[in-house]
Amino acid sequence: MDDDFGAAVSKLASHALDLNQLTTLAKAIERARLENDLSPLSPMRLGLLGNGTTSLFGPALTATAARHGLNLEVVEAPYDQGFQAALDPASDINRTRPDAVLLAFDHRILAMPDNPQDEAESTVCVNEAFEQIRAIGQAVSTQSGATVIYQTLVHPPTHLLGSYDRRLPGSPHKLVDNFNDKLIESINGTGDILLDAGAIAEMVGLDTWHDITRWHLAKIPFVQTAIPLYADHVARLLAASVGKSRKCLVLDLDNTLWGGVIGDDGLAGIILGEGDPVGEAFLDIQRMALRLRALGIILAVSSKNEDATARLPFREHPDMLIRESDIAVFQANWSDKATNLESIARALDIGVDALVLLDDNPVERAQVRAALPQVAVPELPKDPALYSRTLLAAGYFETVSLSTEDLLRADDYTSRAKRVELQGASRDLSSYLTSLNMEIFFAPFDETGRNRIAQLINKSNQFNLTTRRYTQNEVAALEADPSVFTLQVRLRDRFGDNGMISVVICRSLGDGEEWEIDTWLMSCRVLGRGVEQAVLAEIVRNAVANDCRRLRGLFIPSGRNDLVKDHYAKLGFERQVDGSTWLLETHTFEPGDVPVKVIHAVEGNAT
Amino acid sequence: MNREEIFERLTPVFHEVFDDDDIVLSETMSAEDVDEWDSLSHIRLVVAVEEVFSLRFDASEVVELENVGQFVSLIESKSAA
Repeated sequence: MDDDFGAAVSKLASHALDLNQLTTLAKAIERARLENDLSPLSPMRLGLLGNGTTSLFGPALTATAARHGLNLEVVEAPYDQGFQAALDPASDINRTRPDAVLLAFDHRILAMPDNPQDEAESTVCVNEAFEQIRAIGQAVSTQSGATVIYQTLVHPPTHLLGSYDRRLPGSPHKLVDNFNDKLIESINGTGDILLDAGAIAEMVGLDTWHDITRWHLAKIPFVQTAIPLYADHVARLLAASVGKSRKCLVLDLDNTLWGGVIGDDGLAGIILGEGDPVGEAFLDIQRMALRLRALGIILAVSSKNEDATARLPFREHPDMLIRESDIAVFQANWSDKATNLESIARALDIGVDALVLLDDNPVERAQVRAALPQVAVPELPKDPALYSRTLLAAGYFETVSLSTEDLLRADDYTSRAKRVELQGASRDLSSYLTSLNMEIFFAPFDETGRNRIAQLINKSNQFNLTTRRYTQNEVAALEADPSVFTLQVRLRDRFGDNGMISVVICRSLGDGEEWEIDTWLMSCRVLGRGVEQAVLAEIVRNAVANDCRRLRGLFIPSGRNDLVKDHYAKLGFERQVDGSTWLLETHTFEPGDVPVKVIHAVEGNAT
Repeated sequence: MNREEIFERLTPVFHEVFDDDDIVLSETMSAEDVDEWDSLSHIRLVVAVEEVFSLRFDASEVVELENVGQFVSLIESKSAA
């Protein structure tokens, strides 16, 4: 437990916590710190100075910093004594030699000019406030050696006149703008850090941010509910300052970079391009990825697909913006994503804690979070139009400097779109699969399912053993055919209803002692979870009930279903001499432990 | 909402804010009775109460409160309004 305490704290901090929860967590961290070094969290000390009651921030900063791999100790200046604390070498701030000091001063340091139209007077007001902040920063830097974090001022929530305020040299709005410009310019070329509090406030909404009642009550500088967000922005900067910002964006493909599934829909069927709201949303995601790449973020791919199939849109789709040459490591296979992410990190010679995974599938996201908690996996809303914004809002790629080397980082990888071998044994997924709470529903073909059954039969290419196509009328005929056993399979898991995910057609041969599996197809989304085994168990159960002694499986290669060439072998069938037929004796079949609960099985029988 | 209901809804708020599930509220309870109740946690308490009861307190309203009983009376009068 001791060794894992730091990791446990970090995982706990990675949830969305409000101020009360952050405060409770901070207390636990402070108690633990007395006896535990909280590794692998890196120790850091932050001084905190400001006007107003900054003490509410302290615990929020400590707890939030754990989310970013930091064991943060916060040293506060006494209330309203920021300037004195900065100048006095014996103050707590200076004496403890923090790594960084946050100057949390707000717009109240700005005096307003008597005449807002007087440019000269306005300039004096800006300069005075600026010099004051600068003096504090330089004092603390000289006395303690700390890096200074300066924050931009927030615009006021109202104008004096209205739009005209932007044209008045001395309006509050203009003074804030001028101060911020001066501040940013003064930081450039130094090792000091900028916190854009103004931008954070605007994200929250200025009307919400400025809680004037609370200021009058207790000098609380901004609305308490925004403290967790503010703390996260500070923590991102602190983490970046010790090299912990993320370096690589790993992209899923299907329904993340384009709409649809390339293996089933083909080049013409995936959705990408102008003129279609869904297609445009995916273009937006690709554009965002390329913009990040131009700023030195490495792009990688991790997709459950055949390698050649996955590369097809990059090579041939006219609307693809991302090219193979933009991708440093390209992993398209059927193994679990956590193992692939480890291989990507290894190939790039970075830690898994430098990775971000963008994936539309909640099941994949959960698998990675459980197996590799150090990987950042943003929770995505259902609408792809919001993916870019959600990813960027998380600020994984925040930085405190950008060198030429950084910008060229993404180009450093001379072997483009490298595919790396997976190392190590496959992960044991059993506890993860059980946690999915999968429930399966079996029923024979019926009128309600007919439409969807016909759709799957005609659409599935990859997980399709025989690629036999049937029209809707032919499917209807199968419903009533007494010599045929049919299955439509639905799957539900903890993330929702997956709908119909598998279709099976068995034909009774001769005297009924043998069933030929005419059709077996499945959605690739539910591969590798034990669903194949559950479906086989249901087929066998029905076969036995009908005195069928043998199942005959067929594999008819189509050029697109290589994925399932070993399907029957994996299920324990015996390969026949002709190479494409497989046999299973039904009476000796043992179903084995499958993490899927059967909610409804077929009643009565087909033959 | 009567006083009893307010006390009931207020109790989990105190537990959250002061990180102490053993707190039992009473009319005369004040900051002296709770270990963690300082000026800072008092602010967190006021904000939490505002959220839970969907109220807004003026500065003048909260600055004079001496004990939980008075707080409950304040909530009662603002909820009725």
